Amino acid sequence: MKSTAPSSYHPKQSGPSRQLRTTRVDGTVTWARKQLPSKTGPAPRLLLIRGGHVVDPRNKRDEVLDVLIEGQHIQKVAREIKPTKDMDVFNAAHLVVTPGLIDIHVHLREPGQEEKETIATGTAAAAMGGFTSVACMPNTVPPIDNVSQIQFVMMKAQSEGYVRVFPIGAITKGQEGTELTEIGAMVRAGCVAISDDGKPVANAKLFRRALEYAKTFGLTVIDHCEDPDLAKGGVMNEGKLAALLGLKGIPRQAEYIMVARNIALCELTGGNLHLAHLSTKESVALVREAKKRGLPITAETCPHYFSLTEESVSGYNTNAKMNPPLRTEEDREAIVAGLADGAIDVIASDHAPHTVAQKSHEFDNAPFGIIGLETTLGLVLTQLVQKKVMSLSAAVAAMTDAPARALHLAGGHLSPGAPADITLIDLKAKHTVEHFASKSQNSPFIGWTLQGKAAATVVGGHVVMRGGRLLKKPDLH
Amino acid sequence: MNRTADAPAAGKLVLDAAGIDQKVGLLSQSILKEFNKELEKLALVGIQTRGAHLARRIARQLSEETGKPIPVGILDITLYRDDVHDIAEQPEVKETDLPFDIGDRPIVLIDDVLFTGRTVRSAMNALIDYGRPECIRLAVLVDRGHRELPIGADYVGLALKTRVDDVVDVNLKEIDEEDSIRVRKYEERKAR
Amino acid sequence: MKLRHKDLLGLASLTPEEIELILNTAVPFKKIFTRSIKKVPPLRGKTVALLFYEPSTRTRTSFELAAARLSADVLNLSVSSSSVQKGETLIDTALNLEAMKVDYIVLRHSVSGAPELLARGVRAHVVNAGDGNHEHPTQGLLDLFTIREKKKKVQGLTVAIIGDIVHSRVARSNIWGLTKLGAHVRLCGPATLVPPDMKTAFGNTIDVTYNMKEALEGADVAYILRLQLERQQENLFPSLREYNEFYGLDAKKLSWAKKDCLVMHPGPMNRGVEISSQVADGPQSVILEQVTNGIAVRMAVLYLLAGSTGTTPQGSPAQYLTERKAS
Repeated sequence: MKSTAPSSYHPKQSGPSRQLRTTRVDGTVTWARKQLPSKTGPAPRLLLIRGGHVVDPRNKRDEVLDVLIEGQHIQKVAREIKPTKDMDVFNAAHLVVTPGLIDIHVHLREPGQEEKETIATGTAAAAMGGFTSVACMPNTVPPIDNVSQIQFVMMKAQSEGYVRVFPIGAITKGQEGTELTEIGAMVRAGCVAISDDGKPVANAKLFRRALEYAKTFGLTVIDHCEDPDLAKGGVMNEGKLAALLGLKGIPRQAEYIMVARNIALCELTGGNLHLAHLSTKESVALVREAKKRGLPITAETCPHYFSLTEESVSGYNTNAKMNPPLRTEEDREAIVAGLADGAIDVIASDHAPHTVAQKSHEFDNAPFGIIGLETTLGLVLTQLVQKKVMSLSAAVAAMTDAPARALHLAGGHLSPGAPADITLIDLKAKHTVEHFASKSQNSPFIGWTLQGKAAATVVGGHVVMRGGRLLKKPDLH
Repeated sequence: MNRTADAPAAGKLVLDAAGIDQKVGLLSQSILKEFNKELEKLALVGIQTRGAHLARRIARQLSEETGKPIPVGILDITLYRDDVHDIAEQPEVKETDLPFDIGDRPIVLIDDVLFTGRTVRSAMNALIDYGRPECIRLAVLVDRGHRELPIGADYVGLALKTRVDDVVDVNLKEIDEEDSIRVRKYEERKAR
Repeated sequence: MKLRHKDLLGLASLTPEEIELILNTAVPFKKIFTRSIKKVPPLRGKTVALLFYEPSTRTRTSFELAAARLSADVLNLSVSSSSVQKGETLIDTALNLEAMKVDYIVLRHSVSGAPELLARGVRAHVVNAGDGNHEHPTQGLLDLFTIREKKKKVQGLTVAIIGDIVHSRVARSNIWGLTKLGAHVRLCGPATLVPPDMKTAFGNTIDVTYNMKEALEGADVAYILRLQLERQQENLFPSLREYNEFYGLDAKKLSWAKKDCLVMHPGPMNRGVEISSQVADGPQSVILEQVTNGIAVRMAVLYLLAGSTGTTPQGSPAQYLTERKAS
C-alpha cells in the first residue's frame, strides 16, 4: 500500500515548535518543523509513562517500554527510562500503551444539530473511548463547505474540545453534488480531507474531477458508496428479513456498484481514494483486488459491521438502523476476513448521534445512524483480538497508523517528535455498555459486556481522561 | 357454574338415574299444569350446556303427553356473564340457537343447577335482547341455595342443602357417562 | 384457552390454536347480526380508540361496528397529515390516549412496525389494522373465516394469491394464516411484484409463479389483491392494460381453476384492472361475505383480547435480540 505520510521524525532541537504541513506544486506533501522563538517561561512539562506494554505498529514495537513526553511531543521511547525529580510519572504497569487512537469518521453535529451532540460532548465521548483525534464529517447544518465553517469548527475544537478535531470539508457546495467547493482554501484553513458523507457523489464525472483536483493538495477524497436510485426509500438490508417485516430494502448492489465505480475512477485519476464504512462481502473483494493492482485506495469499516447482522433489526429496533445497513452473516464474516488480511485498513466508528425522541419514531421515519466513539475499542478488543481474528498490534494499527496514513495526519505512531497523543488500554477490564458521555444514547450495544477499555487518554501530553473520568481539556497551542 | 372440568363421575351420590327421571317428570308436569291452555305459544330455552339437554328431555315428555311439538331453543350466556374476562379459563362462546321468535311467548328457562343466581340473571338479559317474551319462568333440576342475587326458581326438581364450597355435579348421559347428581367436597375437587 | 398476548399485531406469531380460537369465537358473533338487538354486553364501559393514520372507510367502519356491537364506546381519530407535520409522535399520541384510560387502540399506519412500537409503550390492547407492508391480521383472519365457512376446512386447500405481493400486508397476513392452518399457497404476479425474497422469507414452503394459468390450475381459492395504481410510476409494470391482460381475473382465467373455486378480494376493487365486474359480481365471488365476516371476526378479536393473559406485547417473527455477550 502506497503512503504519502511522513515517516518518523527526529527533531534537531527541543523547545517549542510547530509542525507544518505544506504541499508542493507537484502534489507531494511535506512536513516541516518550524522552530518557534523560545518563550521565557517554565520549561515544558515532562511526563513519563512507565512500565506499560507499548504497541506501536508503525515502529514495529510490541514490548514493555517507557515513553517520555516533553511538552506536547514524544521525546523518547526506551527501556527503563530513569525518572527524575522534574518528571510526572504515570504508572502504566499492566496497561497497553498505544499511539493515540484516531477515529476518522465521526459526526459531531455542530453547527446546527446541537441537540444531538456538540464538539464539546462529542470530543468528551471520544476521550472516554480512548480516542485522541477525530476527523469530523461535514454534513452539519449548514454543511462545512467553506473556509468560515472550517474555521468555526477549529475554533470550537480549540476552546471546547477534549481531543484533536480535524475537520473534513465537503466535496461539493451544500453537499448537493453539482459544484466543487473551494478545496484549496479549505485545506489552508485546516481541512484534512474532503467528503460528501451522508451522501454519495452520484455524478461520476464530478467525482472524477474531485479526485483529480484533490491531488493538487495531496488530499484524500472519502466517498460514502451508495447508488442513490437503487437505495432510495430503503431502510434496511434488502433480503428475506425485510420481506418478512414489510420494510423496503437497500440492495447490497447499491454499495458495491459505487465501490467498483470509485475504484475505476481512482485508476483513471490516480487520486487518493478512501472508501468509507464498507458493509458487503463484494466490496471487500473489490478492494482486495484493487489493492493488488497497487491503486492508492484505503478502505474502512465500522464495529457494527463486524459485530451485528440484519437480524438486529427484528422487532423494528431503530438502534439497528443505519446506512449502509447491517447485512447478512456472510457479509459480517467477509468484513472480519478483510480486516484480518488487510484488505480493510481502517476501523472507524461512524459515530452518528440522534436524540431519543428522533429514534423513537416509526422505523421508516427514524433517522439512520448509531453512536460509536465509546464502544469501538471494546468491540475491537472483544470481537477481533480476543477471538484471535487480529493480533493486538494489527487491531491497534487499524485505529492508529492506518487512519493517520489514510488522511495524512501527524500521529498514529510513538516516534520521538510525534505528537504526544497516547491511549492506555486495560485489556482485562470487563464492563457493561450502559452510560455514555455522548449527548445521545442511540447504540445497539447497550447491555453488551465487553472486555477491554481505555484506562487513560493523553492528548498533546495532557491526560484528558483517566479511569473513566474526564479531566481538563488540553491546551494545544 | 359448579362443574370445573369434565372428568369421570366422582363424589357422593345424591340422586341416581331413576331419581333424575322422576324429577324431570315432575318438572314437566308442573310446567304442563301452568301452561296447558297456551301450549301453542309455549317454548323452552335451555341454558348451555346441560340445561339444553334437560330442556330437550322435558320438551320430548311434553310432546308425548300433549301430542303437540314444543319448540326448544339453546342459549349460551357467556357474553352476558358479569365476570366474563376475569375467570381463569376464558370460556368458549358456544352456540345460541333460538329457532323461534320469543316475542309474546311464555318462555321456560331451564338449567341444571341454581346456585348464586348470576347465570340466570345473565340468561334473562340475553333472552330479552332477542325480544320481549310474555313471561319467563325458571325450571331447575337442583336448587342448592346460597343466592347472591334475588332470583328464585318457579319449578324445582330437588332442593339440596350444600355448603358454599361444595361442588355439585349434575351428570347427564347425553354427555357424561351416567345420569346422576353428585356432591364433592372442596378438597376432592383438587384431585380431579 | 386464551390468547397469549395483550395485542394483535400480526398472524406471524399466533399459534394455529389461537387462530382457530378466534375463528370459532367469530361464529356465534356472526349470528348476533341476525337478531333485532345486534348488541351484546361484554365490552360495556370499555373504550376503543380508532387511530387511523391512513384513510380507510371500510376497515374503520368495520372496527367501529364491531366495537359498538360489543357495547364498547368508540373514539374515532382520523389523524390528518397536519398533526403529523406538527411533529406529534405516534408515541405521544398514544400516551395521551392512555392518559384518557382508553382500553383498546386500533391502529392503521403507513409504516411497518408502528403498532409494535405503540404496543410496547401503552397498556391498552393494540390491534393492528394494517401497518405499511407488514401485516393486516384481522383481514387475514376474516379471509380464513370466509374460506372455512364455505369450504368447511382450510387444510389441504390450494389458495392462489395474485397481484402486488411485495407491497401487500394483506398477502403477508394471509400467507401466515393459510400456511399455519395447513393450506397450500401459490403466489402469482409479474416478477417485479413477486420477488424471490418473498419465497425464502416464508421458508420456501410456498410456490411462486409468474404464470396465471399455472397459479390457478386446480385452485380452490383465487385471492385477488388490489393493484395500487401509483405503482405504474415506479416502473413496476408498464401499463394497466398489460397488467390486466396477464393478471386480471376474468371469467376465462377463472375457468382454469376448480369449478367451485372461491373468488376473494380485500377491497376496494379496481374493476377492470385486477378483476372483471363479471367475476366480482359472479356466483363464485364471496367478496361481500368477506365484509360481513369482517365484523364478526373483529368482534371476536376484541372480545378475546379482553381476556388475554399477556401483559407484554406480541413480538415479531424473529424476536428482537438483546445479546449480552460474555467474552
